[in-house]
Amino acid sequence: MIEAHALTKRFGDKTAVDHLSFEVRPGRVTGFLGPNGSGKSTTMRLLLGLDRPNSGGSTINGKRYGDLPAPLREVGALLEARAVHTGRTARNHLLAMAATNGIPKRRVDDLIGLVGLDGVADKRVGGFSLGMGQRLGIASALLGDPQVLLLDEPVNGLDPEGIRWIRNLLKALAAEGRTVFVSSHLMSEMALTATEIIVVGRGKLITTGSVADVVRRAAGASVLVRTDEARRFGALLVDAGHQVERSATDTLIVTGADSATVGRIAAQEAIPLVELTPQHATLEEAFMEITRDAVEFAAELPASADTTGATR
Amino acid sequence: MTAVALGPGRVTQAGVTKSEWIKLRSLRSTWFSLAAMVVIVDGIGTLFSALHAHRMEGGAGPDVRLNFDATQVSLRGVFLAQLAIGVLGVLVITGEYATGMIRSSLAAVPRRRPVLVAKALVFAAVTFVVSLPTTFLGFELGQLAQRSTHGQADLSTPGALRAIFASAVYLTLIGLLAVGIGFIVRNTAGALATLFGIVLVAPLLVNALPEPYATDIAKYLPLNIGARVVATTDYDPTSLGPWAGIGMLAVYALVALVAGAFVLARRDA
Repeated sequence: MIEAHALTKRFGDKTAVDHLSFEVRPGRVTGFLGPNGSGKSTTMRLLLGLDRPNSGGSTINGKRYGDLPAPLREVGALLEARAVHTGRTARNHLLAMAATNGIPKRRVDDLIGLVGLDGVADKRVGGFSLGMGQRLGIASALLGDPQVLLLDEPVNGLDPEGIRWIRNLLKALAAEGRTVFVSSHLMSEMALTATEIIVVGRGKLITTGSVADVVRRAAGASVLVRTDEARRFGALLVDAGHQVERSATDTLIVTGADSATVGRIAAQEAIPLVELTPQHATLEEAFMEITRDAVEFAAELPASADTTGATR
Repeated sequence: MTAVALGPGRVTQAGVTKSEWIKLRSLRSTWFSLAAMVVIVDGIGTLFSALHAHRMEGGAGPDVRLNFDATQVSLRGVFLAQLAIGVLGVLVITGEYATGMIRSSLAAVPRRRPVLVAKALVFAAVTFVVSLPTTFLGFELGQLAQRSTHGQADLSTPGALRAIFASAVYLTLIGLLAVGIGFIVRNTAGALATLFGIVLVAPLLVNALPEPYATDIAKYLPLNIGARVVATTDYDPTSLGPWAGIGMLAVYALVALVAGAFVLARRDA
């Protein structure tokens, strides 16, 4: 369980995190979504006690992070910017981390196998591909077998196989009853792994809830109708109080009504319909809609393509 | 993911110290720096001793022989070796800031101060354990090279044992000063400039002051403390005594570490 209460962090006159409050519950994967620069990484650092909030606070399992007697045994973290000395081998990095929290050495050997680093465990991290670096980061996070996991952009830069590995791992960890909190700027990714999402923009909470709820609320229901009598039918729907947009000579997009309502009106008025399709917004579209006003650098938004297949 | 039996455990100073020992020994830069120190101290000690011996064989006046400090000549390399130790001391912490490792370190030890204490302890222990045999060996090799002068020192020469021991302490304290500065400055280049500005450049600036300020201040500078520490006969009479100087240097290192601890606790990682 992670709780944030009115977390606020300013850097100079820029407010990176702005009175952000949320709860992350155990037993499910919770996505932390927001465009670049929306304060996700800063929030992660605040939760881990790396940055100090200007006001507000956060707890993990009811305790302030700094008060945890053995933080690695309660919280595992994967930070976005790699947090490993490049001159050290993967094994030595894990051994050094384990020693701080009294975690036995054999756990390091087990994890090296579990994350698939056997072949490179004794090589220096500086030569690692992004994928191997993320696997090492996951191993670090799992060292203390923690109940709470915080992962900042875990699939960034991974190849498809690595992405699938992370997805399955996150789901498995949540299925074991752990609290799994994953940040991403990729909605499509979250749609596949998360059940709950917390959406932020410019450091503020925009919305939160289950993935389905958020999509429904953001996009609203709309129905696509095709008919040869588009003009007349459109006018009727407007009279009935619905919003209608004519997207082609024979096609209408009706918002504020579901397909049953639209079909009933068509039957009453004896208008033959060629097609009647409910429109489902994707999480991606919902996200664009929700965060449209909160995107810090609008031109940066299409950059979501930068995240596949970069493994050397 | 199967159930894992990890046994009990919490963050302790002993565990953090063990972690810092793993960190220090698992970087190549540690061993390069220590090897550089050994080669510099022993190489320069031997070389300078041999050069002086050669010069004396060529016939030096009795006044030269009278003031000659055979111990000091064999330990001169300490002044170059302090660069290697200073770099190592700075890198112990700035290397973590440069790579992002510091975030892992502080997430594992959120109270933070044990990290600084452990780094200082492990660094001081390793540096002293390596530098003491190094200064001892430098002294012995240097005296061997001065055999032909019949003026060489040995361990029973007044001040010789003290010079050997205090030189190792001097190197260790310069290193600790470097660790403290590294914690304060965080950036490798900035920390090195600060350290060597204080150790190497400050004496030049102080020399340019009018008297009596120059003399009054100069004796408190780390480099002049070092100069007194390696000497047994040929030293500046205005300088602090060797152990008073070491005490002064220890205070500097402690002040830097305390300031470093303050910065570590207050600033975002």
